Amino acid sequence: MAQQSTAFRGANPAGPTAASVAPPADARDGDPATADAVTQRILHSPSFQELVRTRTRFAWTMSGIMLAIYLGFIFLVAFAQGVLAVKVGTTTSLGIVLGVVVILAAFALTGIYVQRANGRFDELTRRVRQEAGR
Amino acid sequence: MSGPRHAPPSSAPLPPVLLPPAPLPPVQAGSGAAGAALARAPRLLPAMAGLAAWAGATALAGTAHAADAISGAVQRQPLNWPAIVMFFLFVLLTLGITYRAARQSRSAADFYAAGGGITAWQNSLAIAGDYMSAASFLGISALVFTSGFDGLIYSIGFLVGWPIVLFLIAERLRNLGKFTFADVASFRLAQTPIRILSAVGTLVVVAFYLIAQMVGAGKLIQLLFGMEYLHAVVIVGVLMIVYVAFGGMKATTWVQIIKACLLLGGATFMALAVLWHFGFSPEAMFASAVATHPRGDSIMRPGNLVADPVSAISLGLALMFGTAGLPHILMRFFTVSNAQAARKSVFYATGFIAYFYILTFIIGFGAVSFLMNDPTYYNVGADGLYNKLTGLIGGTNMAAVHLANAVGGSLFLGFISAVAFATILAVVAGLTLSGASAVSHDLYASVFARGRTTEASEVRLSKISAVVIGLVAIWLGYIFENMNVAFMVGLAFAVAASCNFPVLLMSILWGGTTTMGALLGGLCGLVSAVVMVVLSKAVWVDTFHHPAALFPYDNPALFSMPIAFVGIWLFSKLDTSRRAKLEQAAFDAQFVRSETGIGAATAHQH
Repeated sequence: MAQQSTAFRGANPAGPTAASVAPPADARDGDPATADAVTQRILHSPSFQELVRTRTRFAWTMSGIMLAIYLGFIFLVAFAQGVLAVKVGTTTSLGIVLGVVVILAAFALTGIYVQRANGRFDELTRRVRQEAGR
Repeated sequence: MSGPRHAPPSSAPLPPVLLPPAPLPPVQAGSGAAGAALARAPRLLPAMAGLAAWAGATALAGTAHAADAISGAVQRQPLNWPAIVMFFLFVLLTLGITYRAARQSRSAADFYAAGGGITAWQNSLAIAGDYMSAASFLGISALVFTSGFDGLIYSIGFLVGWPIVLFLIAERLRNLGKFTFADVASFRLAQTPIRILSAVGTLVVVAFYLIAQMVGAGKLIQLLFGMEYLHAVVIVGVLMIVYVAFGGMKATTWVQIIKACLLLGGATFMALAVLWHFGFSPEAMFASAVATHPRGDSIMRPGNLVADPVSAISLGLALMFGTAGLPHILMRFFTVSNAQAARKSVFYATGFIAYFYILTFIIGFGAVSFLMNDPTYYNVGADGLYNKLTGLIGGTNMAAVHLANAVGGSLFLGFISAVAFATILAVVAGLTLSGASAVSHDLYASVFARGRTTEASEVRLSKISAVVIGLVAIWLGYIFENMNVAFMVGLAFAVAASCNFPVLLMSILWGGTTTMGALLGGLCGLVSAVVMVVLSKAVWVDTFHHPAALFPYDNPALFSMPIAFVGIWLFSKLDTSRRAKLEQAAFDAQFVRSETGIGAATAHQH
């Protein structure tokens, strides 16, 4: 345990030198050159590239959707209060319904992401790890 | 001293409600309205000046409500025995857990991350617990009570940060770090400056958050339990020291889990009682609230609370991205065994928090229907008049507490009071642990000892830091007793969004980030956030009593966040040193590990 913790911190305890900066400590395979080669091999493997491409696109799309929903709501609050005051029941206003929808959307989006990440992305990650021999 | 007998300045002046001409009990000279109300409702708590905008949600409002923030002495109450007994049981239980945790905790991983042995469900409850503070329970339901729809805006702002944390941060944080977010930010950058910056960012957030919680705790406990302010603050401080110093992350997490269950259970009961009364028809509940509320139908739409669009958007950004930079929340991702569990815990936590905010919304509307026509909950003037919005006994923040009495009697009132106390305790314990970790893991182990220390001495220093932070918190709680602390939670979120979050995000996602960029950009964000808050109305006018605010908006995030991001980008670009080149070259390895977890250290002991 102590060993592990020192190794981790040892990534660059005294600021970067060529040896300490190149690979993350725990990925080190003896000497920096090997670790660097491992890194480069993973970086250029098709599985890794697919993982990064699909997950990055997915994560940013989801973030964009969340931000758009939320800012859309805030902009309505700030600039179009009349829209939110429209009645959808006898008393209930559109604003309250939309507010609850935003809350549920936040929950739903996290659910969709977790579903995808624990399935497809984890599968891809396993493949990358296998190919890297870890 | 009775509460301010006028509507918040941002609203149209509301006529006080005329009571039926029932004869009022004789009022003793000098005791004023409070005495009258106490005589009518012996179980309830007499008046105090505005606790109205204590911390949390209402603090972030920074508008009308912040103006009458903890502005005067709270009148001490008779001892509330059911609440004290229930709180005592909570303390016994949690101390028992702390004792067990202390016997099992040996390594640094145990202390900082509960040995990685927390399950996704447990972690999600603890995350939700860190988030469901007494301020958000009492503050948001109070906001709904006075302004209706506007309360929803705050709930939503607090919630929508979570998906962003999940999509962009949680997993990479988990793959790169070990105990604190500084581990991640300094992964390929120079340890000393980045750890110092992260530790400062952590301690600033923790300090402001802690002061707001301690002062709020003192006032609230004084009001609910009938204890003296100083006693209340000392009890909170000592218990949090015991939890953190002896039980570390394991005890802190369990305190958080138990409290989250109690709070969710209590709030569920209240919301169900309200809905049951209206035959489970939200429509009927809203109709009754609109008929009762002095603002009538305007509580169903956005009001004056967010009249200024720039402030609304700025606040929204601070809430959303501040969440992704709160050190005590980020630490929780290291307590689970793997990235999958980290993801799941965010998902469940988002569900719990969403559910909790929907409950507070129902509780707020229920309080309107149940309390506003009942003068026993109000400070009633000698003329038989009371203000439905601001005249609530104990201040507007007591809306949920009074509702507990209305739906569940004095025993349930005691339960909710005990839960409120437990909530404060759990939140301050989490804050203290993250502050102590910043001191021992980031400053001591990595900066001063430069990695040449033993785990045992690092953990010992954490415990000492926890004791020191606890004592400092008691002292700050004492000296800030009668000051306006309402802006401090807002400031904590603004700093988290403008310093911690940009540094973390840029170091993870942009390979061009260098030490100089992260350090100077992060400092720009930190300093600009603090300066803008100091120059805003909440501090410049309300605390320092200058005539006009130099910074016109309530929250700086809309400006300080871009300053931080542009700063990090610009100073990284300007940095052409050899060291910067090495740091940029090291991004490949960091990238592989952040995306796949290959080579990631686990807190789990094998």
